[in-house]
Amino acid sequence: MRIGDAKQSYEADEAIWTSPTQKVWLGLFLLILLIFPFIVDSYLLYLGCLVGIAVISTTGLNILTGFTGLISLGQAGFMGVGAYTVAWLSINTALPFPVTLVLAGLMAAAVGILVGLPSLRVKGLYLAIATLAASVFLHFIFAEWEAVTGGMGGLSLEPAHLFGMKFQSDFMMYFIIVPLAVLMVLAARNVFRTRIGRAFIAIRDRDISAEILGINLLRYKLMSFALSSFYAGVAGGLFAYFYRVVTPESFPLSMSIFYLAAVIVGGMGNLLGGILGAAFMTLVPEALKLLTAALTPFYPNAPVFMSPMLEIIFGALIVGFLIFEPHGLAEIWHRIRRFFRLWPFRN
Amino acid sequence: MSILEISNLSLSFGGVRALQNVSFRVPENTVTTIIGPNGAGKTSLFNCISGFYKPQQGTIRYQEQLLPGSVKPPRRAALGLARTFQNIALFRGMTVLDNIKLGAHVHMKSGLLSALAYFGPARREEMAVRKEVEERIIDFLEIDHIRRQPVANLSYGLQKRVELARALAMQPKVLMLDEPVAGMNREEKEDMARFILDIREEWGVTVLMVEHDMGMVMDISDHIAVLNFGQVITEGLPQDVQNNPEVIKAYLGNSDIDSLRKKLNAEEEAA
Repeated sequence: MRIGDAKQSYEADEAIWTSPTQKVWLGLFLLILLIFPFIVDSYLLYLGCLVGIAVISTTGLNILTGFTGLISLGQAGFMGVGAYTVAWLSINTALPFPVTLVLAGLMAAAVGILVGLPSLRVKGLYLAIATLAASVFLHFIFAEWEAVTGGMGGLSLEPAHLFGMKFQSDFMMYFIIVPLAVLMVLAARNVFRTRIGRAFIAIRDRDISAEILGINLLRYKLMSFALSSFYAGVAGGLFAYFYRVVTPESFPLSMSIFYLAAVIVGGMGNLLGGILGAAFMTLVPEALKLLTAALTPFYPNAPVFMSPMLEIIFGALIVGFLIFEPHGLAEIWHRIRRFFRLWPFRN
Repeated sequence: MSILEISNLSLSFGGVRALQNVSFRVPENTVTTIIGPNGAGKTSLFNCISGFYKPQQGTIRYQEQLLPGSVKPPRRAALGLARTFQNIALFRGMTVLDNIKLGAHVHMKSGLLSALAYFGPARREEMAVRKEVEERIIDFLEIDHIRRQPVANLSYGLQKRVELARALAMQPKVLMLDEPVAGMNREEKEDMARFILDIREEWGVTVLMVEHDMGMVMDISDHIAVLNFGQVITEGLPQDVQNNPEVIKAYLGNSDIDSLRKKLNAEEEAA
């Protein structure tokens, strides 16, 4: 049970983690992230990297869709821009990965601003369609601009490097991806402690009164698009370094829907929700595959039945979440916290 | 001296003439009230002043400066024109504190990069705003007990008060209140009247309000303008307005009070 939550300064009151318990849990979590690659097998390590990339991209989309209320189906396209930027730079220049990743983010942000321009006029589903058009257009460029993107064959690239060190294995990539994911989620959290984040939420909740408070709608909507696609660009860049091959098929439309689903399942407008949603969407299909494998010794026909069922079960899980937990996985987490705040008493 | 001067303002939507040659002035550091029956054009006038509607004719002068229609609402907010809405326009997903802080948005400067880093300039600025909001506004409006609550959970009267707090955080020179006490109970109305008077006296802010509650209007206004069918019938001190036959006619439909009384009595007897 938590009692006596008194603060002496506004700084302490506005901290992200306000209680010692929270700090202990956070420390434990970071420690687990640190030792994770040393104790797990290559398959789990691979999944860890994928979750990290998904967390970055989902956080980006959450800023745009969850916090600013602008639905986008262009996330995969923006990731593609980032991935191609990294691939092109690592083939044609000797820049180290921190530089190429930032450039990938900036490139995606520039494209994001362009795609976001209609957002002042069109909202809701219409904006979703406009971004969908943009992502089809980007896909077309990836496939056809052969001189830069290598056409349908795509680009293969060298591993990420820094100070002569090459990040070749998943194990090494983990130490780029996960710290970057932690850093970028923290940065996003910071934005929502300042006037910029408040302006985003104001635009989502009621744009007319946002305007009366002196918030320039176009400026902030474009800023949200830029920030969101910067995250997508960095995630795409990591994707390129991780697989070391980029083709137009790496970023299909279904990937945009994947991220939108991650935001919704996790909890719109909740950064923790974005993380949980990204992990859920990445891991559940894998868990279902593991389940199939575990069933095979008992039911030799399991793979035959299960493989077509996987997509259905996955879809049903998402629908189930939307019905029973419309505020997403983050709400479950908050409920658990509320319970333990009063424990051992009830209510 | 008048801080806001409206001259010959006309606004029409197609065939509907919402405002016709409206002229009146808002003297500095007063509580000025616009009254008038429903549909008289009061809210349209507010929307012209805050920049949502562009009047077809006429001028608005603010602090002796012309305010043309090309000056957009965000710019007007930065110039010191704050307003509340008839139907509460708070951000429902946010806490009371965040709603109020949003009022200070135009006076803050931190950009995206310092926001991402937070520690440093962005945090210093946030803390200064927090202190200002806590010590000047939340304390003044007596809403410290609800600062952490989401706005959606609050009663109507409290939501109105939070909206007032948000407008005050804009550090306005002119505070426009659209029906600040509509739908409130007596106690809430008295609180609000007290706050409005204090805002004028302690903060030196000019209050321009639209209100239907005649008791409150007559009690706290220094200056009243009466609007009917898009035209200003009269303006002046409360007692002058109260006794103006035109005003009585606009509200009661007949300037002859005695004959109206007789008519009502006759109807009662007949019933």
